[in-house]
Amino acid sequence: MELSVPDREFMYSGHVACPGCGAAIAMRFVLKALGEKIIMVIPACCWSIIAGPYPMSTLRVPVLHTAFETGGSVASGIKAALEVRGDHETTVVTWAGDGGTFDIGFQALSGAVERNEDFIYICYDNEAYMNTGIQRSSSTPYGAWTTTTPGQDWKKMRKKNIVEALVAHRIRYAATANIAFPEDLINKVKKAKNMKGSRFIHIFSTCPTGWRVPSEMSIKIARMAVQTNIFPLYEVENGVEYTINYRPKGYLVKEYFKLQGRFSHLTEEDLDQIQEMVEEDWKLLLRKAGVFSGS
Amino acid sequence: MKTVMEGSHAVAEAVKLARVQVISAYPITPQTHIVERLSEYCADGSLDAKFLRVESEHSAMAALIGASSTGVRTFTATSSQGLALMHELLHWASGARLPIVMAEVNRAMAPGWNIWTDQTDSLSQRDTGWIQIYCEDGQEALDRTLQAFRLAESVNLPAMVILDAFFLSHTYEPVDIPDQAKVDEFLPPYEPKFLLDPGNPCAFNQLAPPDVYMEMRFSIQTAMQSAIGVLEEIQNDFSEIFERSYGSIEPVECDDADIILVTSGTVTSTCKEVIEKLRSAGEKVGLLKISLFRPFPGEAVRKVLSRTRKVAVVDRNCSFGSGGIFAQEIRSALCNVPDHPLVYGYVAGLGGRDITPELLEDIYWQTKNTDFPELDSFWMGIREVKDGIICSGS
Repeated sequence: MELSVPDREFMYSGHVACPGCGAAIAMRFVLKALGEKIIMVIPACCWSIIAGPYPMSTLRVPVLHTAFETGGSVASGIKAALEVRGDHETTVVTWAGDGGTFDIGFQALSGAVERNEDFIYICYDNEAYMNTGIQRSSSTPYGAWTTTTPGQDWKKMRKKNIVEALVAHRIRYAATANIAFPEDLINKVKKAKNMKGSRFIHIFSTCPTGWRVPSEMSIKIARMAVQTNIFPLYEVENGVEYTINYRPKGYLVKEYFKLQGRFSHLTEEDLDQIQEMVEEDWKLLLRKAGVFSGS
Repeated sequence: MKTVMEGSHAVAEAVKLARVQVISAYPITPQTHIVERLSEYCADGSLDAKFLRVESEHSAMAALIGASSTGVRTFTATSSQGLALMHELLHWASGARLPIVMAEVNRAMAPGWNIWTDQTDSLSQRDTGWIQIYCEDGQEALDRTLQAFRLAESVNLPAMVILDAFFLSHTYEPVDIPDQAKVDEFLPPYEPKFLLDPGNPCAFNQLAPPDVYMEMRFSIQTAMQSAIGVLEEIQNDFSEIFERSYGSIEPVECDDADIILVTSGTVTSTCKEVIEKLRSAGEKVGLLKISLFRPFPGEAVRKVLSRTRKVAVVDRNCSFGSGGIFAQEIRSALCNVPDHPLVYGYVAGLGGRDITPELLEDIYWQTKNTDFPELDSFWMGIREVKDGIICSGS
């Protein structure tokens, strides 16, 4: 496949993310794919800080910072106003974390998608409330330590499957993407940009600080999440047409888990159980994609 | 031309005449007639606006924050629980300096469920940085809505036009609907001072550390204070164009009054009749109607009330542990005036209980016959309750 990453940068040099931050990498690729004719909505998340304090901004696009739970609703209003003003070209993009998407912003997102609002909603997922200091969200995976799931109280619930929740809305386009797969990520963002209606992209974004990993491992860990089938790359059109974009290499999930401090308390038995859960989810996805032979 | 219509529809007419561009709303009684009528206008094309039927009041306000930031004229309406749900974003709208206009139909807060009029919902939002204007009748509801757009857009602050549930929202009265041409003259198209624009990328509402935050807040306070004078100019323009005049306050028979009753909303009309009756019986009584609550027109209030002996404030609301909220404002406006009048606070008509002419007369006589207000607030018409919760110190 030909690699076509635009040269143009829409992030200024300088931001206040932690070293190795997956959310900063994700933003850079997404903006390259979207170009300049956009308006971005950023509800409360790490990026509320990363973009920098007044009067500075890391981003070369117009940004409306807004309240935590309003990613879907504020974007709806911007799009309506653009239409009234006769601007049918500018793309409205919400850029939210997992807390703002899976939890507090889910109602507004669900409402916007049910109305099929014409915008792209991007969730960069670092699997906990990282900006406030690593508290669990409904995106935090089974088995993870966070500051609100400490010690033996590690999270014993599964991660909410946000893509499937939105697919149930018959959303025009939903896709997963990952900072370790930039071509795939950029292609999906470009594809979404050329569609109308509600579009959702779920980007796996390593958080070295919160996951207790060295910053130079950020991309490797993100890649392994895909290779182990913990975070499959796929897309769904109109709520029914599934396409799986990457076939796994057969890594075991424990290879991914043992690299991260947030999972260091797990026993071999726990990891075996998680392996089963991941396989079960993968088979379910294959079935939805119409692949019945297994893998 | 005068048409008989309910207060809710008078507001909807004003919103249509104001050529609002984006409306976003969620249903709640007793506000619903406003947005139902506006939905019809959008559906039949008589109002060229986008109507967002969102999934909560919180999202209604959020959508308008997005739309207003993109440079269009915006409107919503709500009541009670809906307004409370918006609370976070009311702060956001004023902090972002967005001239959003909202009709707020006063309804009691639950529990228990009560859809009837009570001002505690809107007055609980007094510190959110929203302009608040309380209306007496259908004509004022229409006129104030038009004024609210111009005021909000002049000072870049959001504005709430407030109506009593049912007594105003659902009561049919003759209302003069002004000509579109005259409204266009009074209220030109909205010209935003800033907006989201890919051609000029800016970041709005971003991180504001201590070295800048306080100046941002000071500019809100300055804009809010300037709104008193700006509204005066707007009211002057309004009366020239439409031949109806309003003030931030309206004194009735106050010049030689020994006792002045203070009211807001529909109680004012009832009170005007009571004043007339008491005057004809030789009582030196006056009435002060407060329309503008935020910013509070303290200077104007002092001018009217300083010379009287006693002030009786009628509050259809309560701040528990203190008392009526208008009474608090009146006391604070008067406290630095030498030999200021005594201020009597009366809480009445909560949850839609009727405030009758007889009750207002009782308030007058109690004020006249009491040398000093014994309580921060007298609760009028309270019945004895036998099975309440018994609370005592340990």
